[in-house]
Formats: sequence, structure tokens, C-alpha cells
Amino acid sequence: MSETEGVKAPLSNKERMTIDRVAMPEQAGDARAHNFGEVNLGLTYQLAMLEAERCIQCPKPFCVDGCPVRVDIPRFIKSLRDGDLPAAAESLLGDNALPCVTGRVCPQETQCEQVCIRAKKGNPVAIGYLERFVADWAQANPDALPTANPTQTGKKVGIVGSGPAGLTAAGELVKKGHDVTVFEAFHAPGGVLIYGIPEFRLPKDIVQAEVDRLQRAGVKLELDAIVGRTYTIPELREDYDALFLAVGAGLPVFMNVPGENFKGVYSANEYLTRVNLMGAWSPNSQTPILHGQKVVVVGGGNVAMDSVRTGRRLGAEEATIVYRRSADELPARKEEVHHAKDEGVRFEFLAAPVEVLADENRWVTGLRCIRMELGEPDASGRRRPKAIPGSEFVIDCDLVVVAIGTKANPLLTGSAPELNVNEWGYLITDEYGMSSLPGVFAGGDIVRGAATVILAMGDGKRSAAAIDSWLNGVWPPPPEANAAKPKKEAAVAGN
Amino acid sequence: MHSVLEREQLSPNVVRLVVNAPRIAKVRRPGQFVIVRRGPGGERIPLTIADNDPEAGTITLMIQAIGASTTELTNLQVGDTIQDVAGPLGAETHLPPAGTHAVCVGGGVGTAVLLPIVRALGEKGVKVTSVIGGRSKEWVILEKELREAGDVVTCTDDGSYGRHGFVTQALKDLLDAGGVDNVYAIGPVPMMRAVAEMTKPYGVETTVSLNAIMVDGTGMCGGCRVTIGGETKYACVDGPEFNAHQVNFQELADRLTTYRSFETSALERKKAEEAAALGACATTEVQA
Ligand SMILES: Cc1cc2nc3c(=O)[nH]c(=O)nc-3n(C[C@H](O)[C@H](O)[C@H](O)COP(=O)(O)OP(=O)(O)OC[C@H]3O[C@@H](n4cnc5c(N)ncnc54)[C@H](O)[C@@H]3O)c2cc1C
Ligand SMILES: Cc1cc2nc3c(=O)[nH]c(=O)nc-3n(C[C@H](O)[C@H](O)[C@H](O)COP(=O)(O)OP(=O)(O)OC[C@H]3O[C@@H](n4cnc5c(N)ncnc54)[C@H](O)[C@@H]3O)c2cc1C
Ligand code: FES
Repeated sequence: MSETEGVKAPLSNKERMTIDRVAMPEQAGDARAHNFGEVNLGLTYQLAMLEAERCIQCPKPFCVDGCPVRVDIPRFIKSLRDGDLPAAAESLLGDNALPCVTGRVCPQETQCEQVCIRAKKGNPVAIGYLERFVADWAQANPDALPTANPTQTGKKVGIVGSGPAGLTAAGELVKKGHDVTVFEAFHAPGGVLIYGIPEFRLPKDIVQAEVDRLQRAGVKLELDAIVGRTYTIPELREDYDALFLAVGAGLPVFMNVPGENFKGVYSANEYLTRVNLMGAWSPNSQTPILHGQKVVVVGGGNVAMDSVRTGRRLGAEEATIVYRRSADELPARKEEVHHAKDEGVRFEFLAAPVEVLADENRWVTGLRCIRMELGEPDASGRRRPKAIPGSEFVIDCDLVVVAIGTKANPLLTGSAPELNVNEWGYLITDEYGMSSLPGVFAGGDIVRGAATVILAMGDGKRSAAAIDSWLNGVWPPPPEANAAKPKKEAAVAGN
Repeated sequence: MHSVLEREQLSPNVVRLVVNAPRIAKVRRPGQFVIVRRGPGGERIPLTIADNDPEAGTITLMIQAIGASTTELTNLQVGDTIQDVAGPLGAETHLPPAGTHAVCVGGGVGTAVLLPIVRALGEKGVKVTSVIGGRSKEWVILEKELREAGDVVTCTDDGSYGRHGFVTQALKDLLDAGGVDNVYAIGPVPMMRAVAEMTKPYGVETTVSLNAIMVDGTGMCGGCRVTIGGETKYACVDGPEFNAHQVNFQELADRLTTYRSFETSALERKKAEEAAALGACATTEVQA
């Protein structure tokens, strides 16, 4: 193919099919197990251009259907391949408000890449890598992109929660010229992107840069504002023409076994918040964190993988995942499991905790577990684990992190009894994302239960379109406002 | 940003700050607290809202310098700023009916946490007797403010002021005299535990405020979990006030020692930094 390099004659599909999928350059496993630098280093320009050539530009692209926010994947890849990065970026950012984030944390292997035509014979196009490449370029070159100057509508929208759902909705709504304020309980915006997902997977300045971009576009941010405490929903309804509630599913679930309150048992929320939001991974932080030598993390989702890999980086010689089902059922993204293994994480499958053990000063010394076997499939379709009587064993450890899921936090919903919630406390919305209160919409984990970044963003995008209709007095919204309904709902963060 | 508008030294290690926080000043209820973060890299520190002035848009905090972060806060001067003040958090104090008699026991900085409760009780028409104490006279704080809402008994460990002895002894006398319907006790864990054990045989309803270690203050991390009547509760949302007779004080005391080694080193680091800074100043002066 050397003769095509200079003049850039387009490749034939046959030629495209001969190119192998690029590998993501990454930090070596033994080195990165001891630092918080990003693991995936991102594609170089050459690698990105090579990978872009692999896309055969299907006339009916399945990848777009596989994406919960229906990013026009072939289009941005085409622009990239043509060397037109500004066009690629504009196309991508038009469809996806936080591509730097999704390019890093989306489970592409069960979404766009799973249905990529090339996956039928070999490896799918590395859509996630290309997304990240284009998004990072856009973040580094903000001036290369046109700035929108929408006419102001004078309508005010209040958004509660600055996670991916809230930020996406905010971005969409300022584009329409509405006056948008985001209320965030914490002292920093980003939701799970800031306090949950660690630096080595999603650098915090990347998230901050996305937030900065939204602020430049006109989004107002009020930090330290806990709705349900600092403000109430009825108050906000008086001051705003519409509200979008995107407070996530922030309540930790504990194991409910004896010894759970001993020193050295953390919820994953607390462990990760101390390390990420409060910066406790750095010795300069004023917030303390326990550095376990032998860390056990209970759970098998992304949260568990993030916790165990954090434990390794904080100096644990042994870091073990205890998961009650087998390797096949692990809900975490494949890449994360693979990275964890490379970093020396041990997996104890088919085991469930029964008791936390401690010394006379109530410091954790071990986790007593019981062996499980898989029985009949349960409601989720996964085989239900059953304890094997008499099979108990102890894993020595000095730190236990519980990552077995989260629940709805009643702080906000409890303060507005008119909001209908289901039996688990999640908000009930109609097909347009509107709650039981007119003009109050909701989306993300507080509606779905712990799900994914991209599903939360999809909700933000859809609700923004519906809110725009509502503010314009067009109700119910026209069908296209509701077009991006996700086809598939994946739960990754649970157990 | 929240600016410090007033500062007063109440005792050798307790400082009163009046801080600008209009929104919180407007909606805060007795018993609630804020989480304060001095600036970038700072820890999130829970502090009771001792008072509020909705018109002026201010809240009052009373802070005991106990570790690195609280020392930093007590060193703030008028005109300095605090980056984050989030709240109001926690449930409001449950007040008994008017005409009843409540004894409010405060130890150390617990007296500051007690003050808003005493005021709320007084406003409701509850007869209040406050029992406050400290090591010696200079450690007894807020006597004047508490007196505005009822009687005050002061105690010092060394007898330098008021009654000689612990607050629990004064409480016992009041319980023996009879007519006490409620007790509120706020202070170090051993003191709250002693009060709980003392009032139990008298069958007097007793409320304590638990100073569990917190991060978010919204129920999201579970770090503040305490065991109440055998059940796990979150001090930040279910409390901080709980029925003293149901609290597992041993567990609370234990959990409060989680970061002891870290804290000692943080404080030492801070002192060393301050010493170094002082040293640097001294040298500059010499050079100048
Ligand atoms: C450790 C971890 C790793 C994960 N890894 C992945 C991954 O790799 N890929 C993936 O797709 N998904 C992952 N997830 C799941 C994903 O992060 C969530 O599904 C997603 O963040 C949900 O977005 P959200 O906007 O609904 O809520 P959140 O991100 O939870 O944001 C909610 C925000 O609302 C704020 N808030 C809450 N209550 C109030 C209130 N009363 N007033 C004001 N503000 C409030 C919170 O502080 C928070 O900032 C992970 C989750 C965790 C915890
Ligand atoms: C709801 C609530 C309200 C509070 N109100 C006030 C108040 O009005 N005024 C005030 O001065 N303090 C108050 N506190 C206590 C205050 O938050 C702690 O003193 C502070 O967090 C200690 O931080 P530090 O970094 O200075 O000390 P650290 O270095 O963290 O700790 C120093 C020592 O204090 C112990 N300690 C750690 N955390 C706490 C804690 N939460 N409570 C008590 N001891 C602790 C440690 O074990 C250690 O021995 C309150 C706490 C809670 C939970
Ligand atoms: S402080 Fe995190 S749950 Fe109470």
C-alpha cells in the first residue's frame, strides 16, 4: 500500500479488511500498579489514522444503533480519516456532550463495538479509542471549534446533580438558549466521574475541562448546594421554569454481616471518595486514608475493580476480589478486569463474605467467606449463587472494601413527598422523563438504578429535548424529541 | 467563598467565628451542622451551626482546635475566607413539650454544640438547667449565653470555678432532686457515655449528639455509621442526635481512633511547617 500513502487514494473495503485493530498503548502493569497516572495512554495520530481506515462506512451502521446516545460514528470517523479533525470533533460533540469521558469509560464491547460489522469476522473497529482521540484533540484545541451563540429564551432551568446526566442536560439546554443553573452537593462538579472513577482511568483535569467548556457556554454552577437541605424542590420550582433531577444512586449498600463496623471496613463510596475527590492518594492531602497491606474488595462490578486497583496503588501487597459468582458473570468492563489482572489483583470467585474478623483493638484482620455454587438462573438471567454448607474459609486482610452496589439516596426525594418513587426509592418518570411533578424531569442512576455513564448521558440528552419542548409549550413533545431511546440497558456497577 | 466577619477566642483552644453564609443562615434549624472546607486540598470538617442571623446572612461556628484542620480554622482572622460551607445538614433537634424540665450537659466544645439546643428549648418554653464544665476556669465557655435561656451550673475539674468536680456529679444531684424530664448531653464520648449510664436507672429520656467521622454528610459514604439499638444508622442524616440509651458508645469511640496515627503526624507536620515559617520570618527580620 506504500504507493497510496502520499496521494491518499481511498482504500477499497477489501484493503480495509486486511488492517488489524490497533492496540491501545498503555503503561506497563508492574509500573502502573504503583502510580495513579492514566493506564491507557491514548492513540497517536498515526495509530488513530490507521484505525480509522478500518471502518468500512456501512450504509446502515449497526454501531449507531448500539450507542445509547446514537453518536453518528461513521461520520466522525470519516472526517477523521479525511484528516479534518475540526469536522470530526464538531460531529462527535454534536452527538455526545462528554466524549472525553465516554471514550474512556464506556463499555464499548457491549455497545457500539459489539454490533460493529467487523466483529463478525475478527475485531471490531476500535470506536472507543477513536472517540477518545478526537475528543482529546477537541479538548486541547478549543479554538478550532465554532462557538454557538443561541438567542436567549429567558427561561430558567435548574439541574440538580452534576454527574454525566446533569452535565449533558445542561450542555443541551444552554445550546437552546435557556438559562441553566446546576446545583451540586459536593464542592466539586462531575458526580461519579470525580468522586468515583479513579484518576488512573479518568484523569480529573479531563472532567474539569469538560465542565469548564460547559461553563464557557453559559452553564452556571452552584456548588455546596444540597437540594433537600440547602434548597427544597418546591422552592426551586418557584424560581425555575423546569427542573431536571440527576442526583445519582449514591447510597452505599453494606454486606450486613457481623464485624462490618470494625476499623478497616469501608464502603467503596467512602474509599473512592477519600482517594479521588479528597485527593487522599497524595501524601499532601489533609484527608486520611487507610493504606492496607492486604486489601479485600467484595463485589465484581466496575466499582469493585476501581477499588481493588486503588488498593494496589496505595501499596497493598495483596489485593483480592471476592465475588460470589464466577468469572463469566463479572459485571465489570472486560478491559478493567484485564487491567486488574495485569496489575497483580487476585480473584476469589464463588465466594461470599460471612463475617469480618478483627483483633482486640477492633482493627480488621480477616474476612471469613463461604464457598458458593451456581444454581438456577435468577430474574437477571444470571445463575443464582448458593452457599455450600461447611465450606467456610478465612482470607487474611487488614482492609475490606464493600462494593456490592448502591441504592437511591432519600435525601432529595424524601424532601418532596409529591415525587413518586418505586419500591427501591428510584424516581418514577413517564416516557418523556417527567416525574410525577409537572415540569420536573429526572434521569440517570436516580431513575434507572446504578447503570452507566452513557445511559445517564442519554437520559440527560432526551430529557433536555423534552424540557425544551415543555418550555416552548409544545407538549407532549414531537416524536423526534424522544428519538434517542436506548435499545439496550446495561447494568455494570452492581454485583 | 465565605468571609469571616467576627472572631473571638472563647477558651485557650476554642474560637468563635461569624461567617457569611446567607442561604444557610436563612434555612438552618437547631441541631443542624455544616461541612466546612478551608480551601483546595482541605479536609471536609463537620461543625455545628451554633447560631444564625438570617437578616445579616451569617452563621456562627465555634471551633475547638483539635487536629490540623481545626487548628487551621481557628487560626482564621477577620477578613479571611473559607472556600466551602455546605449545609445545613442533619436532622433538627427534637424538642419536648413546653413546661417540661430539661437538663443540658456540655463538656468542652460540646457546650458550643449544646448552645443552639438550649436556646431552642428556652424559646419553646421548656425550663432549662445547663451543666457545663472544663478543666479549669479558662476552659468554661458560653456561660453568659446559656444563662439567657435558663439556669447554669458550672463545674471545673480543679475547683477553680463553680463546683469542684465533673459535670456528671452535678447532673446526679439534679436527677436525685427529681423533676427532670429530659437530658441532653454533648461532649467527649466518655462523658456522653457516663451521662447515658447515669440517667438510665432514672428512666429519663436522654439525647446525645454523635461526632462520628464524616466525609460527605449526605448519607453517601457510610463512614459516619453508628449502631443505635443494634441497627446501623448514619450520624449525618439520621442524627447527629440519638437516644443515648441505645447508642453503642464503644463502637463510636473505637471508630473515632481510625486515623489517630495519621492525625498525629498531620498535626506534627503542621507544627513543623509553622515552626519553619516562623524560623524563616525570623531570619528575614535579621537580614532586614
Ligand atoms: C467507582 C465507579 C466506577 C464506574 N465505572 C463506570 C464505567 O467504567 N463505565 C460506565 O459507563 N459507568 C461506570 N460507573 C457508573 C456511572 O458512573 C454512573 O452510572 C453514572 O455516573 C450515573 O450518572 P448520574 O448523572 O445519574 O449520577 P452521578 O454521577 O452519581 O452524579 C450525581 C451527582 O448529584 C449530586 N447530588 C446527589 N444528591 C444531591 C442533592 N440532593 N443535591 C445536589 N446534588 C446532589 C452528587 O453529589 C453527584 O455529583 C461507575 C460508577 C462508580 C461508582
Ligand atoms: C455533626 C458534628 C458536629 C460537630 N460540631 C463541632 C463544633 O461545633 N465544634 C467543634 O470544634 N467540633 C465539632 N465537631 C468535631 C469536629 O468535626 C472534629 O473535631 C474535626 O473533624 C477534627 O478535625 P481535625 O483535622 O482538626 O482533627 P483530626 O486530626 O482529624 O483529629 C484529631 C483528634 O480528634 C479525633 N476526632 C476525629 N474526628 C473527630 C470528630 N468528628 N469528632 C471528635 N473527635 C474527632 C481524632 O480521633 C483525633 O484524636 C463536630 C463533629 C460532628 C460529626
Ligand atoms: S458522612 Fe458520609 S454517610 Fe454520613
